[in-house]
Amino acid sequence: METYIFILFATLAVAAAVGMITSRDTVNSALFLVLNLISVAGIFLLLKAQFLAVVQVLVYGGAIMVLFLFVIMLLNLSDEEQMLSKFSVRYAVGFFLGVIVLSQLLYAIASVTGTLPQIHPEMERIGTVETIGDALFTVYMLPVLVTAILLTAAVVGALLLAQRNIRGKVDK
Amino acid sequence: MEMDWYLGLSAVLFTIGVIGVLTRKNAIVIFMCAELMLNSVNLTLVSFSAQLGDVHGQILVFFALCVAAAEAAVGLAIIIAIYRNNLTVDVTKINLLRW
Amino acid sequence: MDAYVHLVPWIVLIPLAGFLFNGLLGLSSGSFREQKNLIGGVATLAVFIPFLLALWLFFMMSSESEAATVSLFTWIEAGSFTTDIGYRLDQLSLLMTLVVTGVGALIHFYAIGYMSGDEGFWKFFAFMNLFIFAMLNLVLADNMLLLFLGWEGVGLCSYLLIGFWYSDMAKSDAAKKAFLYNRVGDFAFLIAMFMIFQIVGSLRFEDILAGTTLFTTDQVFLIGALILIGATGKSAQIPLFVWLPDAMAGPTPVSALIHAATMVTSGIYVISRLSPFFMQSPELMLLVAVIGAFTAIIAATIALTRYDIKAVLAYSTVSQLGFMFLALGSGAYVAAMFHVVTHAFFKACLFLGSGSVIHAMHHVEHKLHDEGKHVHFDPQDMRNMGGLRKYLPDTYKTFLIATIAIAGIPPLAGFFSKDEILVMTFNAGMGTYGAVYIGLWAMALITAFMTAFYMFRLTLGTFHGEFRLPQKLAEAKGAEKYLHESPFTMTSVLWVLAGLSIVGGFIGIPNFVVATFTGTADVNLLSNWLDKTTMDAELTLSKLVEWFLLFGSVLVAAFGIIFAYRLFEGDQLEASDARISERFGALYQVWNEKYKIDEIYEGGIVRPTVRFSDRVLAVFDMKGIDGFVNFVAAMVRFAGGVARYFQTGLIQSYAYGIVLGVILVIFMLLFR
Repeated sequence: METYIFILFATLAVAAAVGMITSRDTVNSALFLVLNLISVAGIFLLLKAQFLAVVQVLVYGGAIMVLFLFVIMLLNLSDEEQMLSKFSVRYAVGFFLGVIVLSQLLYAIASVTGTLPQIHPEMERIGTVETIGDALFTVYMLPVLVTAILLTAAVVGALLLAQRNIRGKVDK
Repeated sequence: MEMDWYLGLSAVLFTIGVIGVLTRKNAIVIFMCAELMLNSVNLTLVSFSAQLGDVHGQILVFFALCVAAAEAAVGLAIIIAIYRNNLTVDVTKINLLRW
Repeated sequence: MDAYVHLVPWIVLIPLAGFLFNGLLGLSSGSFREQKNLIGGVATLAVFIPFLLALWLFFMMSSESEAATVSLFTWIEAGSFTTDIGYRLDQLSLLMTLVVTGVGALIHFYAIGYMSGDEGFWKFFAFMNLFIFAMLNLVLADNMLLLFLGWEGVGLCSYLLIGFWYSDMAKSDAAKKAFLYNRVGDFAFLIAMFMIFQIVGSLRFEDILAGTTLFTTDQVFLIGALILIGATGKSAQIPLFVWLPDAMAGPTPVSALIHAATMVTSGIYVISRLSPFFMQSPELMLLVAVIGAFTAIIAATIALTRYDIKAVLAYSTVSQLGFMFLALGSGAYVAAMFHVVTHAFFKACLFLGSGSVIHAMHHVEHKLHDEGKHVHFDPQDMRNMGGLRKYLPDTYKTFLIATIAIAGIPPLAGFFSKDEILVMTFNAGMGTYGAVYIGLWAMALITAFMTAFYMFRLTLGTFHGEFRLPQKLAEAKGAEKYLHESPFTMTSVLWVLAGLSIVGGFIGIPNFVVATFTGTADVNLLSNWLDKTTMDAELTLSKLVEWFLLFGSVLVAAFGIIFAYRLFEGDQLEASDARISERFGALYQVWNEKYKIDEIYEGGIVRPTVRFSDRVLAVFDMKGIDGFVNFVAAMVRFAGGVARYFQTGLIQSYAYGIVLGVILVIFMLLFR
């Protein structure tokens, strides 16, 4: 049973990813990515990491991708022309390098085939909000606070970078 | 079912992300492919965490998620700023730092 | 002597302190340069105090004392080769130290008066102290490398002091000439050091002298010949003597100190120091003697034709150095060192006396200028002088005493040392290559005659007769009223040196003189003193022969003086010179032209070398060396030109780079 669900979600994820990189329209790419993220969230559920699955959907899918879509529509970009319509060196080299990376990674995985343990029985308890929250706010308190500052800085930075010039020049 | 299928999936997603970064011309799409790569790493981490029964893997994923969010915000702000100056987000056209 | 040897570094370093004091303060402060008494006083003390220390060491040392060494610090340590800054105290080095510091202190004192009008007063005394420092390093060194340091140092100071009035091109050329000719000798010396190191493994004198058996006779000859070439450079022998007459361009105290008493004796010191080594090869000894004898006679013939008083003294110095080399070549190291000592006394006295005369003639020139008469004459030319004994009595008397000493009249100093040299040369005529040595002895005897002759020509021409300047220049009429004796600071030194010229010989009374009356005798103080440090040849002549030789040399000297009187008394200087040149005809011309040696060197060596440099070496320098440097720069530019294409400014090419890097890293991780 698990296997089938896995195959379903995996195919969906990969298809969405391929769709994302081959789509001509930018908005379509973003939507494909959302689909990919949701599939991966499903796989997280398979791995009994409940909290993370939900967080993935909420934060990644709900916040980050929405931000992406806002920007895409704000910039009102035209479609990328001639995508995959003619052969170019760029596509070939990129594809080739990607294949090399994939083969190296698969080779590394192949060397540990059969030795990896199954899902740990404790996982049901570990994947819950309580466990993660417990670890976060005791052992990892400092990183949490630092992350808070990081996010604040990111917000302020984004504001500054993207604002219009206050005096003088009108935007084009 | 074997656990290394999860790892294999993660590898495939990572590769697709790499190909996307190297191939596309649109800056925002390139950025999204980078997000895809980050996501695939998250998947690897969670799968190992599940195998070892260790919560720390998931904590790491949590933080990676936060950082990805911050990075997305700032990155998009930069792209907007670039768009303002060049009226395009085509990376092949933005080459002022050329020799 | 081990307990006292720790004084030796003080002896060496005090002159260095004097140099630094005068040099640094003079450089930095204009008001310091005005304090001539302070500068002169400090400089003189910086030489006099070492003299007192050396004197004390002399009283503590006996002729039986062993040599002692002290090391300041390790100078070079490279593989198996180590050298220290170390000093060796033995009878020979102490003798040289006494001469250098003693005569040096006197000359410093004299120079306070002589150089008083000069602007570069402080620089002069700084350089003089530096010279004394280098010379002391030379004589007190316990290894050849430190000696070589001193050797080069005195060459440097000689250059600085000869060219002291450097704004005159001729004078600075003379300084350059001195340095370059010395350099040729130094090169030979350096090669000799390399060879010695290769055979003995060390450059310390103890090791060299202990290891003389390690050399084959051929090696001894070769190394000895190289050292000899070095010595001919420093001590102005054939073939490298031509710089010494030119060196008279420097101030007179410099000529007295460096080119009469000290630096020029360093070659003789080195050979004496290595006497056991030199004695191993009779051919080498013969070479030394031949060079010495020929130099002596050639220089004497040239001196006969000179009118410049300093030039006569310069050639006289070369000739007397030739005598010393002749002594070295005959195995008479004690005699050579004896002559070094006595020569220092009377030659310094002669030079300083000539300085006094030049001083007076300069004064006449200034006074005539003040009167409004713009006359120009050479203040060193004998023909402008004459009759100076009336006006410069002290100078005259001391000059006369020193001249009698150099002529070799007993009981003054020069007689004893010169006679000993002649006796030992004749003695060498009894050994290997005997016939050659007898011939050299005959040459030396003729040279002794000529020495007396031309020195009295000098004295009589300068001090006797009438003052000739008014006859030469009409405007100088009545100029003799401006002639006056030099101040006490100068004449006192002259009297001290004259006194030493009188009594200095008694340290080396030949034994046979006393032994004739008392059976056996051992009165030769100097010979006893140096017994441990030099390896002399044996004296095998009978007492009768020695007395004959003694009378012979006195007779020869007396003849010389009488001849000189007959020819040069009164105002016959130029007339007699004309008669001599008629008599000897072409020979006199050769002497007058200085055997054209300078011209031969100029044409045969200097000009081709300069041309070669210009055509070949300069081209190599410009094309080769500059070309190589430019090539390196061009390579860098090329590499940069290639590398800049990596900066495309495109994000994706950078991304390519990153991915390539990742592939490589994973590859290494997987397959390491």
